[in-house]
Amino acid sequence: MPYQHVTFHQTGSLAVGGRLLTDDQRSVQSGRRRSNSLTLGHRACQGCGEALGARYALDAVQRATGGQTIAVNATGCLEVFSTPFPETSWQLPWLHSLFGNAPAVASGVAAALKAKGRTDIRVVGQGGDGGTVDIGFACLSGMFERNDDVLYICYDNEAYMNTGVQRSGATPPAARTATTEAVGPEPGNRFGQGKNVPLIAMAHEIPYVATATVADLRDLEAKAERAMEFRGARYLHVLVPCPLGWGSAPKDTIEVARLATQSGVFPVFEAEDGEVVGVSPIRHRVGVRDYLRTQRRYAHLFQPDERTDIIDRIQRGADRNIKRFGLLPAGVQEESAS
Amino acid sequence: MLRQIEGSRAVAEAVALCRPEVICAYPITPQTHIVEALGFKVKSGTLRPCEFLNVESEFAAMSVAIGASAAGARTYTATASQGLLYMSEAVYNAAGLGLPIVMTVANRAIGAPINIWNDHSDAMSQRDAGWIQLYAETAQEALDLHLQAFRIAEELSVPVMVCMDGFLLTHAYERAEIPIAEQVDMFLPRYQPRQVLDPAQPASIGAMVGPEAFTEVRYLSHARESRALDLIPDVVAEFGKVFGRDSGGLVRGYHLDDAETVIVALGSVLGTIKDTVDELRADGMRIGVLGVTTFRPFPAQAVCDALAIGRPTKRLVVLERAFATGLGGIVSADLRMALAGDRAAALHPPVMSTVVAGLGGRPITRASLRNMLHDAAAGALEPLSFLDLDKDLVQVQLQAGRAG
Amino acid sequence: MNKPFAITLDVGSSRANKTGSWRTERPVYTDRLPPCNNACPAGENIQQWLYQAEDGAEGGYEAAWRQIMADNPLPAVMGRVCYRPCETACNRAQLDEAVGINSVERFLGDEAIKQGWTVPVDATPSGKRVLVVGCGPSGLSAAYHLTRLGHAVTIRDANDRPGGMMRFGIPQYRLPRGVLDAEIERILAMGVTLELKSTVHDGEALLKEFDAVFVAAGAHIGRRAYIPAGDSARILDAVSLLHGVEEDEPPLLGRRVAVYGGGNTAMDAARTARRLGASEAVVVYRRTRDRMPAHDVEVREALDEGVTMRWLSTVARADGGRLLIEKMQLDDAGFPQPTGEFTELAADSLVLALGQNADLSVLEGVSGITFDDGGVQVSPDLMTGHPGIFAGGDMVPGERTVTVAIGHGKKAARSIDAWLRGTSASHQPRHDLAPFGDLNTWYYEDAPVTVRPELEAARRVSTFDEVVGGLDRATALYEARRCLSCGNCFECDNCYGVCPDNAVIKLGPGQRYEIDYAYCKGCGMCVTECPSGAITMEPEET
Repeated sequence: MPYQHVTFHQTGSLAVGGRLLTDDQRSVQSGRRRSNSLTLGHRACQGCGEALGARYALDAVQRATGGQTIAVNATGCLEVFSTPFPETSWQLPWLHSLFGNAPAVASGVAAALKAKGRTDIRVVGQGGDGGTVDIGFACLSGMFERNDDVLYICYDNEAYMNTGVQRSGATPPAARTATTEAVGPEPGNRFGQGKNVPLIAMAHEIPYVATATVADLRDLEAKAERAMEFRGARYLHVLVPCPLGWGSAPKDTIEVARLATQSGVFPVFEAEDGEVVGVSPIRHRVGVRDYLRTQRRYAHLFQPDERTDIIDRIQRGADRNIKRFGLLPAGVQEESAS
Repeated sequence: MLRQIEGSRAVAEAVALCRPEVICAYPITPQTHIVEALGFKVKSGTLRPCEFLNVESEFAAMSVAIGASAAGARTYTATASQGLLYMSEAVYNAAGLGLPIVMTVANRAIGAPINIWNDHSDAMSQRDAGWIQLYAETAQEALDLHLQAFRIAEELSVPVMVCMDGFLLTHAYERAEIPIAEQVDMFLPRYQPRQVLDPAQPASIGAMVGPEAFTEVRYLSHARESRALDLIPDVVAEFGKVFGRDSGGLVRGYHLDDAETVIVALGSVLGTIKDTVDELRADGMRIGVLGVTTFRPFPAQAVCDALAIGRPTKRLVVLERAFATGLGGIVSADLRMALAGDRAAALHPPVMSTVVAGLGGRPITRASLRNMLHDAAAGALEPLSFLDLDKDLVQVQLQAGRAG
Repeated sequence: MNKPFAITLDVGSSRANKTGSWRTERPVYTDRLPPCNNACPAGENIQQWLYQAEDGAEGGYEAAWRQIMADNPLPAVMGRVCYRPCETACNRAQLDEAVGINSVERFLGDEAIKQGWTVPVDATPSGKRVLVVGCGPSGLSAAYHLTRLGHAVTIRDANDRPGGMMRFGIPQYRLPRGVLDAEIERILAMGVTLELKSTVHDGEALLKEFDAVFVAAGAHIGRRAYIPAGDSARILDAVSLLHGVEEDEPPLLGRRVAVYGGGNTAMDAARTARRLGASEAVVVYRRTRDRMPAHDVEVREALDEGVTMRWLSTVARADGGRLLIEKMQLDDAGFPQPTGEFTELAADSLVLALGQNADLSVLEGVSGITFDDGGVQVSPDLMTGHPGIFAGGDMVPGERTVTVAIGHGKKAARSIDAWLRGTSASHQPRHDLAPFGDLNTWYYEDAPVTVRPELEAARRVSTFDEVVGGLDRATALYEARRCLSCGNCFECDNCYGVCPDNAVIKLGPGQRYEIDYAYCKGCGMCVTECPSGAITMEPEET
């Protein structure tokens, strides 16, 4: 993990703030004067992980840039719930063009700023997984390849939620979506290699790539801020649970994200110049069952009969992540039987 | 400075003189020479400050242009044919957002079948995208229209497409007057964006608009684009003062005063048409030409004013380098609509024929034009015809099709 | 900027959209009763003083100490001798190990002595005089609280030194006398009159002299059991042994000492015997270790010091130099039953540690007062059947610990104060208990308890030096910060941070937070992510 963990009881740097911490030990989100890039009155669903992730990330970027940030947004939930005429929830300059072009639009903004000698103003492109890993992927790859001075943030909720929960290239195996229904002998999404955009981003050898979740605010903020220390193309992939699409309780959005990391389903790491330079180790390991059970999109794995075969396959995927990224430091044992 | 110069290079010189800040390019024949020349200028440092982006697609090219323009940069790109269609979503978007991007379309046919040669199918497909469309007759006019395009686009916050016939204008060498920087600077003020992404004055650009306001948004963009009809004559007048040349405009007439037959066309074919008309006039035919330079917004009033319908014009031949499959002429339809509101046309309805010509790069010869115009004068021209169509061939194919 | 209609919008304009109307449930901040506070017989607000102690040396320790002093005037004593029901109840025990509350209390008590902190008496004098009988923990606690309430207090005690069982029942190695003296002196310095070697007899007559009386004479009469004994048998009770040691007149015990009983006093007696030179100290107990009333820590320390145990054994007969021991076995109900199997145990003396009886003499014959279960019957506010006479501590039925006694002193003081003023003591309604299940323990640091240093066993058995050391500043701070703040907000900013709708307002240090119900959509994330379980969801009023 990229931030200095403060071992300050009670909560050290695990919680958002803490009265015992000094100002520089506190998260951006704990500040009364945080920029609230996404402000009151937006129309995201109850417990929306994306709304939270966007505010977390952009507020951190805003702090890193001294409020000199321009955001470019792909079409999607984040765009729709934040800017229905006549109201916008954004408090920074923000541009929405199309579903599939946010990385290119961001490149254009960055080019304009460079031509105008305003490289003090930084550019963030952002979108959901559909706008990033699928329809916007060509523009994203082009932006990476040119090494344009853009931080692109993908808020990954693993399906097309805005259109009613259809499968995307980021939908995990076995998950039920409106286009991968839980019917037939192999219910839910098919098992494939998935489109792991963080790794693909690393293959472009751009200066900085990181994954994060809304469950670890400090880590997310540190990565957003770290990203702003680089010039060139940077990519931040944030897991943001969607209560609507995942069938999880709105109150459990952060908890579900936490289980994704603690089960190894979603590895949290960062890479510089194409090489992994850090991982967030698992703190209290859980089996994938504990993660899957929290979401109705996996309900068919547990009833009417438990699909042990599928669950085991998902567990193997998590185990592979754990091994591949070295997520399990010695001494952390599995807390619940899988 | 008068130079013998390739059309693309002439346009590149004009664009460079407009001091663009962001240029994005994706290669597609026949516009490549323009961006190659601009790329050279940026790379060599003669054009700066300017960012030149080699993007991965035309969709990205227009998207980069959208971002750059929204960030307050004077932005240019060029495309053609399939590329224009590939960026189409972003073309509409740029107009909807009111971003004054200038784009050259080196007109080329659309496949399938794939064809790299000239016609107007590409630009015509985007005629309702909310862009101003200007069509150049010569390389000199193409050059001049780019200077005017930035001026018009930025004054109205509407994007402008300068259409020039692929190969015929882009690759042909012509004599052209290249203006000097001082003249261009005098004519084209610094870009003052109507809206800009600025942390000092943040705004949200590109909101979602529902049924409650979408009609009004569309109405306003129509009104804004239509203002070009008033602006363009002023710009042309000022252009004349600065550069000493009459160039561009809404429509251009040629021997309209006494013309009973008027041929209407866009683009470089006007040159051939004028030559043919000169010959026919020498033969005693009362014929004239109406060139439409500004196709969007459509200059209905200017068209009516230019034509002397009924006094003596009684016959219109619209030569089209694209057509609406299953219907016919595109320009013809617009012309009919323009005349529908004209009193003279109501009293003396002209005979109108659509002639589809020069598709996919087929040469439009004077001979063919002469024959066609003779037919027209004789009242023998069908309402919709295809110039030099190999009728035997298509008949065989049609028969074969029916048999199959 | 001449913004295009509808497409371009003014920032932050969504504030006009009051999303609070979506809500069906609302989050509400609560304060719950932490299990430590709930378990404390002295009624300390433990969580609050740990919270203050978390601030450390920058005024935090003093504030924490003052918070303790609101309930308990003897923190340094308590930090040594309390049996820590708070730690037994502590929710952190379910996470890793209970917070070392007692060690922090001791640190704070010692710090107060070191720094000379005192408690001001700023109440207006009431003009009322109260007599406290007995200068043990209960009497001292009552005297302290009554003084702070503005009453003039006199303590009478039969001994020549104050402290009661804290002095005469608890060995020095558990409670150094310097600490005890300092804390007592601090109370006396507040204006309490202490009359030593003063035996009180006629309780009723005292009410002529005083407006109210609190009797806390303790239970210091060692219970005897009939044991057939030869003439040469040396039998004494544990209370006398400990008292004698304190008076510097230790009885002669011999080389081999048997202690009969299984309570804390038995452990104290055995460990004291070791220190007095006994090479063998054997505890004889009728049942098994798990049924022993002595606290684990006492048993462990005794074993460390070489005390041995004879489980399931009774003393059938005592003679000079030897005891006849009968083996016992537990019946189905867990009671020890004789087996008829006998062994011998070499012992030069037998110390009986079979419990103590209360000294009820002062109240005998007072009208209206009744006795039960070897103690004085009192009402819930500790008044005896005789108006104006109150009783507490070991004299009343119930658990007999220093902590309970201190709690009685406070309670009696409040009751007496109310009675003197003609009102009734106000009882604040207790909050619901904060259960472990309501905590989100993810957010707490993994932090094992700080182990207090212990004197090495070899040195222990030869001296009465204090066995258990204290925490230093760093470790005390660490330990205080292990508190989970169960059921109460400690301003971690989680609710403020995790709200996806920005609907939590941070009010600033010490002011906690407020829900902005105009925008709160009622997702409940703040409730889930609150570490301490200090927010609940309530149905929205429709």
